[in-house]
Amino acid sequence: MLDEAWAVSPSVALRPEPFGALAYHFGNRKLTFLKRPELVAVVESLAAHADVRSALLACGVPTEQHTAYAAALAGLAATDMIRKREAA
Amino acid sequence: MTIAPERPQTGSLVEQFEYGLDAPICLTWELTYACNLACAHCLSSSGRRDPRELTTSQCEAVIDELQRMQVFYVNIGGGEPTIRPDFWHLLEYAVDHQVGVKFSTNGVRITPERARFLASTDYVDVQVSLDGATAEVNDYVRGPGSYDTALRALANLRDAGFRDAKISVVCTRQNIAQLDDFKAIADAYGATLRLTRLRPSGRGADVWDELHPLPEQQRELYDWLLANGDHVLTGDSFFHLAAYGEALPGLNLCGAGRVVCLIDPVGDVYACPFAIHDRFKAGNLLADGGFQHVWQHSELFTELRSPQTGGACTKCSAYDACRGGCMAAKFFTGLPLDGPDPECVKGNSEAGLAGARTVPAASQDHSRRTPTRNEPVMLTLQRQPPVSACAESPLAGFDPS
Ligand code: SF4
Ligand code: SF4
Repeated sequence: MLDEAWAVSPSVALRPEPFGALAYHFGNRKLTFLKRPELVAVVESLAAHADVRSALLACGVPTEQHTAYAAALAGLAATDMIRKREAA
Repeated sequence: MTIAPERPQTGSLVEQFEYGLDAPICLTWELTYACNLACAHCLSSSGRRDPRELTTSQCEAVIDELQRMQVFYVNIGGGEPTIRPDFWHLLEYAVDHQVGVKFSTNGVRITPERARFLASTDYVDVQVSLDGATAEVNDYVRGPGSYDTALRALANLRDAGFRDAKISVVCTRQNIAQLDDFKAIADAYGATLRLTRLRPSGRGADVWDELHPLPEQQRELYDWLLANGDHVLTGDSFFHLAAYGEALPGLNLCGAGRVVCLIDPVGDVYACPFAIHDRFKAGNLLADGGFQHVWQHSELFTELRSPQTGGACTKCSAYDACRGGCMAAKFFTGLPLDGPDPECVKGNSEAGLAGARTVPAASQDHSRRTPTRNEPVMLTLQRQPPVSACAESPLAGFDPS
């Protein structure tokens, strides 16, 4: 996943909350909680980067945490909160 | 004034929820107190429209505000919301403004044509109320003909291609034995079953003693949910049953005023749909600066988001799972809010229920004043017991000697 290009799904909205954010998918009506502000920043910046790794680096996530973040992102992908984009 | 407590930066989601969110997650909006039925256990004592109910443009302004607050969906109820003439307009207005809708109905207006319209929209979910898997059990509390109305609505939805409607069941002493039958009905209509708890709210207070599940039925319900709960919706209904052992799927805390909230037909904002009482009224969205202001700044909600004491429950081994149960259930049975739930599975509320307690008087009642044709029969036995013999006969107590 780290080398792929991803973005927030078109039918998903993020609402900032004190603990991070709440993500809502208008299509499948699933509600998900992003429990860390760092994860919110990464998710929001996915679309602006060529791949997940560069989004993580741009958000200052240390390399040793990349696998953990990739796992969290995979969880979001499972409910279509984020979606793979075709590399530009 | 209450000072908002310092929120910890880390902690579980449940802990974060206890401090409240910037906007509710589970917002119910009752559009009208008018209803074609007169269910014995109606949580909002509905029947008659209130002349102060929000106008169409006031409702649109509420939706605009919900959109700004990013309240992504709202549960619309009543009364019977579909009998408001502007209901279908408001439904479209909401989804056009990124506020998805799930509405609760007894099915009366879900014609084949409306069902086709609903099937053609995204972001609209329909929930049909059914409190018995047979007409006999359902109509006993919801009134004659209401079972057929609900099933006709479900059939219309299915035939129109509406997918995954919800069938919402209030669990009672009379229907706990029918859980498998409810599931079969849901399967037959391509619907999802939703089970909720009977709370002693509204007219529910009058019939709670007769309708609430017996202790052994609570256990039966818990076991059924453990086996089937993954395919059934329950909201926050049954976390008091978690004291039996394992937690159940669903929201495991009382979210009142923290993540849960009610807007009533006149714009009053309450902590929870089951807490329509002055004690839990945070304000009015017309009089107190809009919904967002009430949600974020009312004294009541600030108080509910402050750390609560568990009272007698803190000594209980199950407190972490059960958290003392439902605030509304305690309040309307006259039990202390920081003690055990009236349906405490450890039996710790028995003494409280048996002892001296004052059940709070209702602070609103929109029940119809005269009985209607389709009113459940049990009502004539249960509601408004004669205050004195005199109320039954004008000559009672008259002694000519
Ligand atoms: S008062 Fe009861 S019904 Fe209301 S949010 Fe709390 S637990 Fe749920
Ligand atoms: S005593 Fe309180 S915490 Fe323990 S099971 Fe009863 S209601 Fe729940």
